[in-house]
Amino acid sequence: MQEIRTLIVDDSAVMRKIVERALRQAGLDPLVVHEAGSGSEGLELLKAKPVDLILSDINMPSMDGLEFLRQIRAQSLAPGVPVVMITTESSEEHVKQAIQAGARGYIRKPFTPEQVKERVLPLLGAA
Amino acid sequence: MLLNGVRSAANARGRMRGAEERERRMAISLRESVGQVSDPKHLEESVDEVFRLMLGAECRRATEEPAREADSVTAVVGFGGLLSGACVFTCGGQASLKIAAQMTGMEFAEIDDTVKDAMGEICNILAGAWKGKVPELAAHCGLSVPAVITGRDYKLHVQAPEFQLRHAYRFDGASFEVTIVCDGLQ
Repeated sequence: MQEIRTLIVDDSAVMRKIVERALRQAGLDPLVVHEAGSGSEGLELLKAKPVDLILSDINMPSMDGLEFLRQIRAQSLAPGVPVVMITTESSEEHVKQAIQAGARGYIRKPFTPEQVKERVLPLLGAA
Repeated sequence: MLLNGVRSAANARGRMRGAEERERRMAISLRESVGQVSDPKHLEESVDEVFRLMLGAECRRATEEPAREADSVTAVVGFGGLLSGACVFTCGGQASLKIAAQMTGMEFAEIDDTVKDAMGEICNILAGAWKGKVPELAAHCGLSVPAVITGRDYKLHVQAPEFQLRHAYRFDGASFEVTIVCDGLQ
């Protein structure tokens, strides 16, 4: 089976591990995870490594998740790769901003592995 | 000093997101609905939801304050925008190790950077869940990135808040306290 190469962007290393665990529990296997602690680190990683899926926090210091998303599009990085936002921000306004910036999905913290499965698997054509 | 810092960061985020005119209009309704914003049930529900979903743990409200340990950990996330203040999560050293272990599936012998990161994140998620209970706050109140303090025998003091909610909880033999401090409501 083909590897699912995933980039997880969050300033919290603990949260990156929790997201990775949720992806594995959702049945994404074999999973290869690249981690970035900020949007700018995420952009550098995308220039060097091809990925199939991107999950990003919104509230991060230096470059936040929405700007990261805009930069991915502006720099034509990872074309066609689905981006899912995982964040504490839950208002309609935030969801709208994320979708406008190019996100394909939105998961609110706190989340369950089932919610991750429901939102992510269809984007990989594995529902 | 620390609270001022996290609040400033949250205020900056709130300003960036806020359409000023809309904030002015929303502010009237938020000031009028202070009872809804300060409803203790929102904090109860948020703590229950966060611990159940992120830690797989049931926690229950404690009637007495948690026993003070010499070492303690405090995580602070500032609110800015329509509401200014902070969400403060405090627990003893042993409780912080237990919470971090439950979140990550790892074992910890001391309060290292991963434990501090876990405390900051649990406070961040609690702050987000709490403000998400009131639609106006969800849309027009920003969060700062978490700040985490560790040390011995310190006390947190906030001068004349608009309102303050402080709840103590117990889970799996450990105890912690969550405080919502509001020192400005537009």
